[in-house]
Amino acid sequence: MQGSIYALIALGLTLVYGLLRILHVAHAALFTLGAYIGVLVSNASGSLTLALLCAMLTVGLLGMLMYRWAYQPLLQHPPYVALIASIGLYIAAEELFRLVFGPYGLSYQAPPLQTVITLGNSGIILTQAELAVMIGSLLALLVLHILATRTRLGLAWRATVTDPQMAESFGINIQQVRYINFFIGSALAAAAGVMVALLNNLVEPGMGSVPSYKALAIIVLGGLGNVRGALLAALTLGVIEAFGTIYLDAWLDRDAIAFAFLILVLMWRPHGLLGKAG
Amino acid sequence: MSAYTITLLTSMGISVIFALSLNIITGYCGQISLGHAAFYGIGAYTSAMLTQAGWPFALALPVALLLAGVVGLLVGLSSLRVRHDFLAITTMGVGFLFIGIVRKQDWLGGELGIAGIPASGLGKPAFMMLVMALALLTIMLCVYLKKSWLGFVFDAVAEDEDTACQLGLDSARYKLTAFALGTALAGVAGSLYAHHVRFIAPDSFGFVESISVLAMVIVGGIGSVWGVALAAALLSVLPLWFQIIDDYKLLLYGGLLFATMRYFPAGLAGLLYPLRR
Repeated sequence: MQGSIYALIALGLTLVYGLLRILHVAHAALFTLGAYIGVLVSNASGSLTLALLCAMLTVGLLGMLMYRWAYQPLLQHPPYVALIASIGLYIAAEELFRLVFGPYGLSYQAPPLQTVITLGNSGIILTQAELAVMIGSLLALLVLHILATRTRLGLAWRATVTDPQMAESFGINIQQVRYINFFIGSALAAAAGVMVALLNNLVEPGMGSVPSYKALAIIVLGGLGNVRGALLAALTLGVIEAFGTIYLDAWLDRDAIAFAFLILVLMWRPHGLLGKAG
Repeated sequence: MSAYTITLLTSMGISVIFALSLNIITGYCGQISLGHAAFYGIGAYTSAMLTQAGWPFALALPVALLLAGVVGLLVGLSSLRVRHDFLAITTMGVGFLFIGIVRKQDWLGGELGIAGIPASGLGKPAFMMLVMALALLTIMLCVYLKKSWLGFVFDAVAEDEDTACQLGLDSARYKLTAFALGTALAGVAGSLYAHHVRFIAPDSFGFVESISVLAMVIVGGIGSVWGVALAAALLSVLPLWFQIIDDYKLLLYGGLLFATMRYFPAGLAGLLYPLRR
């Protein structure tokens, strides 16, 4: 459950990193914003589908804007410049949400999809919302996979990741690829935001902070820019956290377990689980 | 001088030491650290525990320095294994690990922290003078470092590690030196902080604090001693001067971090000495 949401957020981040080599911390701000838009639209219109679409569209466009205005001018500088700018942007955004929407958070007036269903006689009980989140994230992954491997856009994207200059000389419009990339990545973050809001029935300004640092840990763990690695890392981290909190609870809290694991893995494989050196 | 001014100046001095300590690692040697508050925390906790056990402040301070420096050396070892973005995330992990551990330890006060830390025994004005003197000493050390042989090697490593190695510089040794020096100084700042505020809790040493100190270094101008000292002094007292800023402290810090990187990456130093660059 937690793993599939981590995966969605981490996926957007990996897309951005693969293309631009930027650790996009502000991604989490887009995630939070998506959740807010989702709840607001859903409360106003009563339709969850409309809310999801609205959130993905607005946040996707905003993601493009963010790339144009914030990141593009920084690409010529060393990578830490963009990283620090991104952290600044995220922290400022979190405070802004707190100012605009209040510190206590919002929730759905009539939480949708709360019916409890039992899967056959296997004894697994979950709410419709939980099922929807799992199916939704799997669907998103599938669509993305098809997009990346079967379409012209996917081809252009992979070419740009491998070698931007070569791609450009073959007539690929790199800027366009980057814009689309930011749009898709941000829309995914918004979708994840709406889903998390659905699960917890709560949207609050700080909801992005833990997923953002965790998602960073995940993409680093997977080997930066490596999509399969990120998915593997998301799953592994979910399992490690779950077991860790059972056995190590007396010494470490949940986040510390995740990061201790991260540090150990990086000392063993400095470029992440599936990363390549160089 | 009123008690208020004394408190203000003390906080300012501590921030200057803390920011300059990060400047040695990130500014001089080019190793980005997103978990620097952990060492500040180690200094603060060491000093708090020791003085509560009856040690005098004058002994607790050097122990805090040593312990933070030794742990910093260990963390610095990771910089030999991972670089750039990977190092940033690793140091961020160290920060989370530190508060994660402290939170779960009852003998360290757990979530609630440690209250009633003994005062330095100097009285407030004298303590302020001590902090000021130490801050000045740190500034002088940094200026000296920058002009020394060590400073040039740090520069070379920051500029291009592979080339530095080609030139026969043992970059591993210098990176470790930078980490040990910087974290030991952070330990001093932490110890001073513990005896200034006399109450510490894990939250004071978390990610937000690491980012705040990074903001001071960035806004001041990475690697510039006077720029960073000025930025640290300003950013630490602004929230105290204007209560309204305190409420929006993170908005200000975040906005400043972003604006500095976006519009003048050289920071205050770059604005003040445009001709030097």
